[in-house]
Amino acid sequence: MAIKFEETGDGQYILDVCGYSCPHPQMYTKKALQKMCDGDELTLIFDNPSSGESIQAMLDNEGNELLDKVQGDGSFTWKIRKGA
Amino acid sequence: MKNQEATTATSLDLDTGNKFIDWFSQKQNRHAATIMGLVAICSAWALSNDMRWLYLLVYVWFGLIYGMFLQYGRFCMASAVRDLFAVGVSRMAVGVMIALCLYSMVAAVVNISGFGTFHPHPLGWHIIIGGLIFGFGIIFTGGCASGSLYKTGEGNMASALVLLSISFSQAFFVNLGDWSDKLAPASWTASALDKGMPEELSVEHGWFDQFTAGYIWDLEAATLADMMNVTQPIAKYFLTDSLLVTILPASIILVVLYKAYYCKGYLRRQKIEKQGMTCHLGGVWSMITSSKNTAIAGIGLGIFSGLHVWATGALRESYGIFNFGELLEDMGHTAGLSIQGTVFDPGYWYITTQEAQWGAWVMENVGMDMRSNIFFGMDNGIPNPLINAPGFMSIGIILGAATLALLRREFKWKIPNMETAFFALAGGLLMGIGARIAMGCNIGAFFATVANGDISGWMFLLGMVAGGYLGVQAFNFWMNWRTSQIDDCPL
Repeated sequence: MAIKFEETGDGQYILDVCGYSCPHPQMYTKKALQKMCDGDELTLIFDNPSSGESIQAMLDNEGNELLDKVQGDGSFTWKIRKGA
Repeated sequence: MKNQEATTATSLDLDTGNKFIDWFSQKQNRHAATIMGLVAICSAWALSNDMRWLYLLVYVWFGLIYGMFLQYGRFCMASAVRDLFAVGVSRMAVGVMIALCLYSMVAAVVNISGFGTFHPHPLGWHIIIGGLIFGFGIIFTGGCASGSLYKTGEGNMASALVLLSISFSQAFFVNLGDWSDKLAPASWTASALDKGMPEELSVEHGWFDQFTAGYIWDLEAATLADMMNVTQPIAKYFLTDSLLVTILPASIILVVLYKAYYCKGYLRRQKIEKQGMTCHLGGVWSMITSSKNTAIAGIGLGIFSGLHVWATGALRESYGIFNFGELLEDMGHTAGLSIQGTVFDPGYWYITTQEAQWGAWVMENVGMDMRSNIFFGMDNGIPNPLINAPGFMSIGIILGAATLALLRREFKWKIPNMETAFFALAGGLLMGIGARIAMGCNIGAFFATVANGDISGWMFLLGMVAGGYLGVQAFNFWMNWRTSQIDDCPL
């Protein structure tokens, strides 16, 4: 159950931090976004509900856009576009 | 006409019935209802045995409420400190300040009406040191003391490991053996012996006893109002305890948080070029309301924390007692009492000491001597977990959080991997040690303390913030090393 971060296509990335609780998901999301270029998209998968609140606030602060949110049974898949 | 009304009423009843069946047919809803049903049945059973169990049940019910608000707002003080330094997010720090202000206002009303249960903490360097160790630990556990409880309720077993670690590390730490004597200064040993404590406590043996009797007991403990000799009730409770000690510093912290973490993003999002006072006031309001869940949880926790003090205070007056131990003795449960006939019974939201009692109860039951120390032997006792009132508050928090998490489809059993399990145990160990040195955790040593006009709580926060900062640096270092070890992970 290691962290998974990879480029799946042109400007498309996936970060899977399922199984990890705070502070891993938000810190890895920040780190992943730093590695991406403006306009790139990240599919983030996590299952620690409290991290979602922090990630949402972090995206707002840094001008990144949350394109989509899907909630499964205890896990979350968010689509994020890195802002300029 | 009457027939038509009757038909409409019947169809509404059927509709409501069908909706209920639909709701109940979903597994998560059924589990949530089962938890609440079991709490109701157990409460009724306890009261039917002896109405005085009401005292214990108040802890359970407030625990349920705390658990629901904590889960609803993902309210965790570890996140308040950690997210500031780790990801530049002030959401939780803001929520804590809102809760603190409201708690202090309700506490002022409760204290003025004579039902207060709070006792100020001795003021000394130990609070900052304990806060620092605690603050370092919470970065690795992923939650503070109450945060770990609500996350356990969400099915997070790493948080359950944190609770386990906090429980045993505290029990072990307050009962350190003779080998730890050399760590205590001679002045502490002499001062502890001067107190003329009962022989069975052997206060000259064990670091924590000498720390308690030889250092802590020699310190002053008073609220700011008491230090300033403010006696007029309004001036004492509202103007000094609430306004001066809590609301004013909390407001300053909110302004600092706004300037340091929120202002830049707010101005960009609002496309504001010309800044003025109105714009910044709007920004502060936007920061407070940016996470509705956190703000609502802050309001709820603040108000109910105050009401909890009132409810326990009113029950104590009604039963004519100062401590739950007196009720337990009347009911014939004397085995877990301290030599003073007391048990731990703060009368307000508190987390760590009851967990230490759980650990000590297990250790005692496997044959260890856990009572020849001041912490358990003289102050808190080691009651059976089934009659440990504050312990049930912690269980209430877990159950309240589990109920809401199930209803919100956020409950998920999560078994930790080795890395998370190690951090949970190691961080929990530090949290336990820090909490005992500081005489409480982020709730008992900070939240409840500041809200009741005791400035020692701000000292704990100072230590916790410093520990949190160091913890984030250490965690970053670990994270960078960890990702460098994973193949195909370009982080």
